[in-house]
Amino acid sequence: MSFEVDVSKRLGEAEIAVSFESDAGVTALFGPSGSGKSSILNMIAGLLAPDRGRIAVGGRLLFGESVNLPPEARDAGYVFQDGRLFPHLRVRANLLYGASEREGAITLREVVDLLGLGALLNRWPRTLSGGEAQRVAIGRALLSNPRFLLLDEPLASLDRARADEILTMIERVRDALKLPILYVSHNRAEVDRLAGRVVAIHR
Amino acid sequence: MTLTPDDWEVIRLSLKVAVVGVVFTLPVAFALAYVLARGRFPGRILLDAVVHLPLVLPPVVTGWILLILFGRAGPIGGWLDRVFGVTLMFRWTGAALAAAVMALPLMVRAMRLSIEAVDRRLEGAARSLGASPWRAFRTITLPLSLPGVWAGLVLGFARSLGEFGATISFVSNIPGQTRTLPIAIYTALQLPDGDDIVLRLAIVSVALSLGALIASEWLVRRQGERAHVL
Repeated sequence: MSFEVDVSKRLGEAEIAVSFESDAGVTALFGPSGSGKSSILNMIAGLLAPDRGRIAVGGRLLFGESVNLPPEARDAGYVFQDGRLFPHLRVRANLLYGASEREGAITLREVVDLLGLGALLNRWPRTLSGGEAQRVAIGRALLSNPRFLLLDEPLASLDRARADEILTMIERVRDALKLPILYVSHNRAEVDRLAGRVVAIHR
Repeated sequence: MTLTPDDWEVIRLSLKVAVVGVVFTLPVAFALAYVLARGRFPGRILLDAVVHLPLVLPPVVTGWILLILFGRAGPIGGWLDRVFGVTLMFRWTGAALAAAVMALPLMVRAMRLSIEAVDRRLEGAARSLGASPWRAFRTITLPLSLPGVWAGLVLGFARSLGEFGATISFVSNIPGQTRTLPIAIYTALQLPDGDDIVLRLAIVSVALSLGALIASEWLVRRQGERAHVL
C-alpha cells in the first residue's frame, strides 16, 4: 500500500475525519475548499497532530500505535499551495535546503533539467512568477530525497497555460521517479488527468 | 571646537558603558523576545510586565532597586562579591548594568515584533525538508528576524548613551568610572563657567545619536534588501 490513512482531528468547530488506503501512483484527495484537505496533508507530514488514528506510507508507520515521527523524520516531499519558498535564500539555496547527500539521491542537476530551473538559480523568490515559484517548490521537495510527495493544490494560483505546464511536470515526476504522490485538489479535470485513485472529502 | 582630554575621557567611558551594556543584553533580550513571542505558559503576562517595568518606572526608582539588589550587602551584589570578587558599586560596570536594564525593554520590543512577523509556516516547510527544530530556528527564524535585532541593538545603544537617572542613583557620579555624557553635562550645568563644556558635550551627544540612527537605517535597509522581508 502506498498510503494507509485513518485519522480524525477536531479543529475548533470542524471535525476532520478521513480513512482511505491506496496503491495508485497518484492518489487524489478531492473535495471543496474548507473541507480539511490541507489539514490531512499536514497530519501526514507531521505538522499537525491527529487526535487519533494511524498513518503509514509505503508500509512505514509514521503515526499511531504510540509512534509519532517528527516532520524531519517522515521523508515527505511537501509542496505547499503557496510554494512557501524561503524569502531570504536564493533559488539555488532554496532547492538545496533539504538536499540529501545520500548515494543515489537525485542531484541538483537532474532536478534542474527535469523542471527547467536553469535560468532561475540565482534569482530571489520574490522575483519569481507563480509558475516559476511552484516549479522551484517541487524541485526543493524532490531534492530532499523524499519517499513520497504531498502536493497541496499546486496549480491553484496559476493561469491555464502555467497550470498545464506544471501538470506536465508532475506527470514527468510521477513517471520518472515512481514516488507515491498524494495530490490535493478541488478541480475535477486535474484529478481525472493525474490520479489513479480518487478519495472524495466531504465537508 | 576642540575637545579636551577630560571630554575624551567622558566620551570613551560613555561608549564603553553603552557597548558593553548592549552586547551583554543582546542574548538576554533575544531570548526574552522569543519566549514572549512564541511561548504559551502561565506567568507570561507577568514576565512581559517585569521586562517593561524599566520603561514605565521613574529611572531613579530603577536605580534604587539596582542599588538594593546589587549593592555590596544586596542579595545579588553580595553573592557576586563573595563568589567572584566583583563589585558593581561606583564602577563603570555598574553603569553598564544600569544602561543594560534601561535598554532591555526597548530591545525586547523591537526583536519581539520582528520574531512575531516571521511566518511560522516557513518553519514547518523547513521541518518537512528534514531540518531539526534547532536548524529551522538557526536558518529560518533567526535570519528572518535580524532586522528587528539590528533595530533593537541601535535603540538599546542610543538609550544606553542617554541613560541618566538609574545610573546616577545606582553608581553615583564619579569621574572616569560613572560620569558618562549625560551626567557630565549635568555636572557642567552646575558649574558657574561650565557653558563651554555643556555645548561641546551636547554637540557630541547629538552627533553620536544621529550616527546611531543613520547606522541603524542603513543596516536595516541592507538587511531588508538582502532578505526581501521589508
